[in-house]
Amino acid sequence: MSKKLLEVRNLHASVEGKEILRGVNLSVNEGEVHAIMGPNGSGKSTLSGVLAGNPAYTVTEGEAFLHGVNLLDLSPEDRSHEGLFLSFQYPVEIPGVSMVNFMRAAVNAKRKYFDEAPLSASDFLKMMRQKRAIVELDNKLASRSVNEGFSGGEKKRNEIFQMAVLEPRVAILDETDSGLDIDALRVVAGGVNKLKTDKNATIVITHYQRLLDYIRPDFVHILYKGRIVKTGGPELALELEEKGYDWIKEKNDL
Amino acid sequence: MSNSLTQYINLFEENRELINSKSAGKLNAVREEALGELRDARLPDKNSEGFEKTSIEDMFAPDFGVNISRVNIPVDVAASFKCDVPALSTLLGIVVNDSFVPTSLLESKLPEGVFFGSLKRGAEVLTEVVNRYYAEIAPMGEASVALNTMLAQDGVLIYVPRGVKLQRPLQLVNIFSSPVSIAAFRRVLIVLEDGAEAQMLVCDHTQERANNYLASQIVEVYVGDGARFEACSIEESSANTSRYSRMFVRQEAHSHFSFNSTTLTCGTTRNEFEIDLNGEHAETHLAGMVIGSDSMHIDNDSAIRHLKPRCHSNQLFKYVLDDKATGAFEGSILVADGAQFTEAYQSNRNILASTEARMHCKPQLEIYNDDVKCSHGATTGQLDNEALFYMRSRGIPEAEGHTMLMQAFMVDVIDSVHINGLRERLLHLVDRRFSGTLGDCSGCQGKDC
Repeated sequence: MSKKLLEVRNLHASVEGKEILRGVNLSVNEGEVHAIMGPNGSGKSTLSGVLAGNPAYTVTEGEAFLHGVNLLDLSPEDRSHEGLFLSFQYPVEIPGVSMVNFMRAAVNAKRKYFDEAPLSASDFLKMMRQKRAIVELDNKLASRSVNEGFSGGEKKRNEIFQMAVLEPRVAILDETDSGLDIDALRVVAGGVNKLKTDKNATIVITHYQRLLDYIRPDFVHILYKGRIVKTGGPELALELEEKGYDWIKEKNDL
Repeated sequence: MSNSLTQYINLFEENRELINSKSAGKLNAVREEALGELRDARLPDKNSEGFEKTSIEDMFAPDFGVNISRVNIPVDVAASFKCDVPALSTLLGIVVNDSFVPTSLLESKLPEGVFFGSLKRGAEVLTEVVNRYYAEIAPMGEASVALNTMLAQDGVLIYVPRGVKLQRPLQLVNIFSSPVSIAAFRRVLIVLEDGAEAQMLVCDHTQERANNYLASQIVEVYVGDGARFEACSIEESSANTSRYSRMFVRQEAHSHFSFNSTTLTCGTTRNEFEIDLNGEHAETHLAGMVIGSDSMHIDNDSAIRHLKPRCHSNQLFKYVLDDKATGAFEGSILVADGAQFTEAYQSNRNILASTEARMHCKPQLEIYNDDVKCSHGATTGQLDNEALFYMRSRGIPEAEGHTMLMQAFMVDVIDSVHINGLRERLLHLVDRRFSGTLGDCSGCQGKDC
């Protein structure tokens, strides 16, 4: 039997006093791919931000566990060490911090968390080379500042590259398809698929069915007004593509 | 009426023979004139324009000792090794309080005709140079200049004759060390004749850190036609050190002057830079980096005067202030009537890392001309929380993320240093400063720096 990796129960969260999540329940097992879809403003990015520990959000009720560890008690950095990864919808530019230093700090922080010695310079560079190949990330980007001056496609590839380096148990991809042309989409989705094993899980947050042609979900959830209002198989995404979100809205606004 | 100047005037009047006997030439020749200027003068206080955040009057008011009889104060010169810069071979000179202490063989390593040594000695052996420039670039009409001129007995002279290009950077280490609290009146004269070139690194340190120190420093710099002078100054003094440093620069045509002033630790520091672009096509790059914490106070003040056409100036000052540190930056650019095709830029960017830190900035442009390109910008903000969360989400601990962001903020100021090997050293010092491992000088033999 596959193990439960992420368990979210009755999660409520607000930003600046406004309640966005109003009781989310979600259960993700090893080896699974989940898609979370929903119209604008339904709380998709809030859910990913709350799980990653963004201090901008306040959890008002509910629980979340990552392979049995109480996620909400952990700092964002410890959530990362425990195996949670968020691919940002808008990856942040950090002028003056090189990609190499950024990744070295991240990798060695994780090793320290597990009482391991820092990677030697040569082992680190070797790993960077291998992981870059997964998303065909240009070597030149490594010496640049984090995301600074990267194109939209390069930023998203860079997210998946970081995911490859950190080897998370649960990866949340927040609107990874936004701002990507079809070729970049193929590369990014290909990278995600290469990283998929029967021991980890992926949560794909998206507006459109398009990405799901490349990353095949086992489950599709519809998030609306801060709750998961419908769950189904891959066919639910196709149904949404065809009918839009209006029927969901009508049904739930009654 | 009595003010902080009174005690120094009395000191001078009671000891003028002694003071003169321990100094020389032009230094002595202008003391009475300086005294005359001080008769009805006052040092600026917070009610004086441009000194809203730093009272010089208060800084000079305490009763410090002044070593007018030039008692030899023993100092741990080995501590200056702390300032060794890997991959940078320099010609080293040391100033203890206000006396130049020659290091062995320094003179024999200097190229023919170049002088780097005691100003008192310079006044004796290079009389013509000192007579021509000393107390000529800094305006005697200002009380703080007159005070320094009245009491300065020694300091540093750097003289690079026409066309001589120094291959190795000069390094000056200023060490405050005294068994009792002390005020030092330092004087520095730097003369680069036409076509000369030199680089310099200045480090300020404090030993015997429990004592109170006051540094009055006047630096006069003459950069001749086509001459080139680049310098970087790093202050790592103690919480009980007050410093009032004023640098006056006169640049001739086609000259190049660049200066980076870094404050890593201090008590109260006020640095002033007054630069006259006195010939066409002169170029100035002035940069400042301040890392303030605890109760440090750092005030930088610049005045760049474009007096001739086609000159270029660029200023970049950045502060990161934590705890209860306070900072001030007042920068002015003057474009005189007739200085067409001036290009002058100024930028001041600051980060307040705590809610109690304070920054005051006042950029000023005065333009009496049409054909110019000038700009100034000033911002004060906080660390980028989105960037910090992004780093944390990748597992980078919050404190380390803070350090990385603050260091990243300073990268462009560090990059403005063009002395090879020094950029890496500055990065290292800044890293240690932010991570709280920058120690004090006592007992340090340079091994762990």
